[in-house]
Amino acid sequence: MCHTFPALTSDRSSRICSLLYKHGSSMASNSSGSDSSDRQRIAQQRLSVIAGHLQRPVEGNSGILAAECKAQGDKLDVSSERRTVPRRRQEIMKWNGWGYSDSKFLYNKKGQAEFTGKRYRLSGMIIPGLREWMESTFGANLQHKTPAAPILNSSAVQPPTLNEAFLKELKSTGIPFSHDAEDRVFRSHGHCLHEIFALREGKIGRVPDLVVWPNCHNDVVKIVELACKHNVCLMPYGGGTSVSSALECPPEETRSIVSLDTSQMNRILWIDEKNLTAHVEAGIVGQDLERLLNESGYCTGHEPDSMEFSSLGGWVATRASGMKKNIYGNIEDLVVHIKMVTPQGVIEKSCQGPRMSTGPDVHHFIMGSEGTLGVVTEVTMKIRPMPEYQKYGSVVFPNFEMGVACLREVARQRCAPASIRLMDNEQFKFGHALKPQVSSIFTSFLDGLKKFYITKFKGFDPNRLCVATLLFEGDREKVLQHEKQVYDIAAKFGGLAAGEDNGQRGYMLTFVIAYLRVVLGFKYTLVLDICRNVKARIVRECKDKGVQFPPLSTCRVTQTYDAGACVYFYFAFNYRGLSDPVHVYEQVEHAAREEILANGGSLSHHHGVGKLRKEWMRETISSVGMGMLRSVKDYVDPNNIFGNRNLL
Amino acid sequence: MTSTYKDSGTASLKDEEEFTDILEERRCTTDLGYALRTFNPQPYKGAPSSSTSDLKKAVLESQYLRYIAKEIALETGSSVEKVRQEARGILEEMSHNLQLGFIRLMAYTVNKVFKRLFRSIYVNMEGLNMLQQAIQESPVILMPNHRSYVDFLIVSFILFTYDIPIPVIAAGIPLASMKVVGEILRRSGAFFIRRAIGSDKLYWAVLSEYVRTIVRTGCAPLEFYVEGFRSRTLKSVVPKLGMMDMVLEPYFKGEVFDITLVPISISYDRVVEESLLALELLGVPKPKESTTGLFKASRVLQEDYGCMHVNFGRPLSVRQLCEGKINRSEYNLIPRDLPQRPSTEIQDCVNWVAHLIVRTQEEGSLISPWSLMACLLLQAPITTLTEEGLQWHGLTEKTLWLRKLVLDFRGRLNWPAHTTDSDVMSSTVALHHSIVHHKAGRVCLVQDGDPASQDPLSPEEGVMRTAAAVLMLVSYRNQALHVFVRPGILATAIHITKSTQKDELFSFFCFLRDVFANEFIFIPGRASQDFDEACSLLQKCGAVHMSEQEVTVLETGLEVLSFLQKLLQPFLDSYQLIFRYLCENGAHVFTEKQFLPAVQNLATKLILSGDLHTFEVLSSDTQKNVLSALRRLEAVTKLRASQQNEYKVNKAAVRRTGDILSGKIPPESLHAIPDARL
Repeated sequence: MCHTFPALTSDRSSRICSLLYKHGSSMASNSSGSDSSDRQRIAQQRLSVIAGHLQRPVEGNSGILAAECKAQGDKLDVSSERRTVPRRRQEIMKWNGWGYSDSKFLYNKKGQAEFTGKRYRLSGMIIPGLREWMESTFGANLQHKTPAAPILNSSAVQPPTLNEAFLKELKSTGIPFSHDAEDRVFRSHGHCLHEIFALREGKIGRVPDLVVWPNCHNDVVKIVELACKHNVCLMPYGGGTSVSSALECPPEETRSIVSLDTSQMNRILWIDEKNLTAHVEAGIVGQDLERLLNESGYCTGHEPDSMEFSSLGGWVATRASGMKKNIYGNIEDLVVHIKMVTPQGVIEKSCQGPRMSTGPDVHHFIMGSEGTLGVVTEVTMKIRPMPEYQKYGSVVFPNFEMGVACLREVARQRCAPASIRLMDNEQFKFGHALKPQVSSIFTSFLDGLKKFYITKFKGFDPNRLCVATLLFEGDREKVLQHEKQVYDIAAKFGGLAAGEDNGQRGYMLTFVIAYLRVVLGFKYTLVLDICRNVKARIVRECKDKGVQFPPLSTCRVTQTYDAGACVYFYFAFNYRGLSDPVHVYEQVEHAAREEILANGGSLSHHHGVGKLRKEWMRETISSVGMGMLRSVKDYVDPNNIFGNRNLL
Repeated sequence: MTSTYKDSGTASLKDEEEFTDILEERRCTTDLGYALRTFNPQPYKGAPSSSTSDLKKAVLESQYLRYIAKEIALETGSSVEKVRQEARGILEEMSHNLQLGFIRLMAYTVNKVFKRLFRSIYVNMEGLNMLQQAIQESPVILMPNHRSYVDFLIVSFILFTYDIPIPVIAAGIPLASMKVVGEILRRSGAFFIRRAIGSDKLYWAVLSEYVRTIVRTGCAPLEFYVEGFRSRTLKSVVPKLGMMDMVLEPYFKGEVFDITLVPISISYDRVVEESLLALELLGVPKPKESTTGLFKASRVLQEDYGCMHVNFGRPLSVRQLCEGKINRSEYNLIPRDLPQRPSTEIQDCVNWVAHLIVRTQEEGSLISPWSLMACLLLQAPITTLTEEGLQWHGLTEKTLWLRKLVLDFRGRLNWPAHTTDSDVMSSTVALHHSIVHHKAGRVCLVQDGDPASQDPLSPEEGVMRTAAAVLMLVSYRNQALHVFVRPGILATAIHITKSTQKDELFSFFCFLRDVFANEFIFIPGRASQDFDEACSLLQKCGAVHMSEQEVTVLETGLEVLSFLQKLLQPFLDSYQLIFRYLCENGAHVFTEKQFLPAVQNLATKLILSGDLHTFEVLSSDTQKNVLSALRRLEAVTKLRASQQNEYKVNKAAVRRTGDILSGKIPPESLHAIPDARL
């Protein structure tokens, strides 16, 4: 059914009035009928928009100033000033590790593990089981610590190669920039193990020569124009959470490299409550976007595990996936409209209809382009009213096979909750080790009772059982109904409900796990055989490479689809006695990836390709596919201004 | 205490292996106590405990079988239910029914029989330990060679003794039809496969799914004979690939992380059915397997069969073997439980693995002094053997010389230690009293039948009688052949081409390797390695001198070269004779039924006239091998349409092959270019 009345959206920054009425196309639509009051309201909106046109400078005027840009932004800003990411990221974040400076795992004076800071539920808590787990799982103990280089030594950073002409013109635009060593180093890496390891050891390679902080779309247009004019290499930088070496500066790059940090482009420009969309600048990080929308009673529901730090533009550029995609969809389902600045000019669609049959979708050239074609500046995203009710849950299965079978059935019946994840036995134990010290004797008694019930009474083998964590969202009644449906299916596969608390801890773990810098995930679609083969391959490779203690090799199924699933693998090993642990790590990871491809897994579910996985691209998408991508790049960016050399 | 001794053959190698006589302990305890011992093996850690009925259910309900059943129903127009019913029937006929009780019964009986038949059964404990480890890590495939019916339960017997999971064993269907015994075997883990499955699609489907399910679940080790059947000639047989394919597929499809292949070499001092084998090769059909036949055969229990060696090879990881040879992602685009024709790359890899296993079996088998003597006896003129006999003294000397050569060629020798050489010689001859006898310093061939028989034999019958004895000798020679083949082929190439040029020799070497690929085991694509190995062995024993481009024969090496060349001469003679028959006598189109007796007739005539010096061409095995070789070389083609194995011969091509073989014309690029990757 197609509505044939106009749905009008106003966008004050781009000043486009769109009228959608063509029969046969689907579109953003107003759900109420076309009664007269609506028409009146629409007419009024149009008037105000037209008034806006008259008052403001015409779009595309290159004389627009950054200051104006910001002022405009301030006015439009839907909500408060609290922002997570300052220009100087080092003020709150670690320079050589994941996340906030104040949050980390350490052993306290009593030798117990503790998670510091105030930001997480686990913060400030003692975690009595962790140390024992670390010791028993990979023989890691307190006597063998490798201290990290404590502070950044600026003299270790190469002096910047600056393009003076570019710099001069950039200054005249008033866009903030810096060539301070710390700023540059901060933007020279993502969170691959080898990158972090190098930083911890104080090794710094090629870093960007300059950092610029555009404040709005027009700033970006200017920067790109100048970069083309002076042949400067641009590397867009969003949240810096890449795990694909995408932010690594190509060592062969001789031009001046400018890191284009989008973090200051972080406003919600408008919210369309009728069509349920929001127009947002691409530099906003996930947690801000969510918080600001929440203030208006909305959410995007896009929650990748990195959402504390990763940015909207980054999601688009890498084809991100969120934990709650079962309800809200992955980024490609959420995006309605994208604006991207390329060396050939700005690309955007002329309307915000939900679907078009106009040849291949150009959005798909942008999504997953990993900064090789341009900078995403503004995105219109679907939003949803905040869910009335949220409920965590968990189910214990006697073994991983049963768990997978259950997930398959849930997907088959298309009744997956907002999130459903299955941790294997190793990970379940790890989750257990991360359990904070319990405050009352009663809780610990209850825990003991539960354990007894599951292992002794129900006969689950503690070395085989695995746990699925669940998150339900929606209105209360439906959630409860839905919950029952899922638990009923689980029961058929021998699953036992294991409580909300376990579920919630499972999700909290997702955010905190990144602080334990022993793990790194990569994920692909396919299931049971892969899990076994890849885990076994990791163990075998580690053994071959001389790792003294058996590695932790674990996986979890994090997403289910109608026709497949996404599996996360974690592996960690104790690198004591290895001369080049990073190399060993890379070899093992390489082997694991080959194993995944050989078993019919995909190269990447949502982390993207970057430079880390480039070598497998041709075999993944065929030579013709490579040629297609290549020709797009050649047309859009013939001089390789966006020269991060990702993907191709 | 069990006695151990060092395998003297590998004394020079660093991996000295200790063999333990497992019968010794058995002789000290009661059979019943042994059969009732606690049996508590450590199974494959990934395996869920599943019963036989679970296995059958999994096979019948597999997506694969459903799919095939639908396809067959569509093709034949019968209902899916009917096809599935048929599949159920096939599965019933096929499947094993392993039960511990019957394992005990089997162990009890086998123990009794073996103690009667053999003096000792030697097992390398190290191999057994490695197997025990491997079984816990991934699904294990036990791959013994097959020289005797006795092989059939020996592995199960050993594994039972050492607390290792009992295998399920692929067996030929005739065994199943034996009364009672068939059922006992089934419950001891045998599953039965029809011969000549041909194009029976449903049967293939059931069998392959059954085998794959066993491998996938790892519910029990799988034992099968990659050679496909019992080698009548005691020589390794070119591996069959059907079963190998099924076994490896779960790895190719990523359904298991790895599969472990364990080659097992079983060697006998004396093979129980030695005379039956020779008669069978001469065209006397083998007795049908039957329970009454088995009891009749119980007279063999009276005889002494010496020792048996079971050598468990190093477990081979399929993953490591296939590394870099295949790209498993070809299975990614079709659901894994649907049938998919493997690519040639995969097929080549399977073929290569199968050959590698058979070669490993060969390398692991032990050569008895008797095999060495057989090599030498066969080089004596036949009249000497049958009439005045060979000088004992000379034979002893030559045998000891050959022993040294075998050790030089890195063969594994089973030469009893702590015994004088002459004792070894005479006890060996005594053990083989059915073939030779030693009297008054001379050794003669024993010819079957009553020498005092009233009816004088016709000359043809006489040839056959001698042939039976010679072929027995041949089969023991064959047990040692694998050590000599590569240098032997080089010696032959030197002899025929009279060349010293390395490249010329290499191309003739490749030609011979190609012609005799059905006769001896050559790993595909390894021609140059084989050549290098041959060169280095000949150099090592001082027979030739090698330079960059030349191979020169040394004075000291004439004895070795002539021995090697004479060793292979019967093969050349046999092939030439059959080529001659095909070119001159035969019709353009013939059937196998016509071919075999016709060749035998011609050969008999020539032997009588003294123009042919080998009896081996009388063996149907040789005749069939020649036919296969010619088909491979495309000189003979099998007619598709015909039901009764009709062949069409290209006489010019056969003649040309014969001419190259005799050195009249140089070999061209007859051999395929070796696959660089393999």
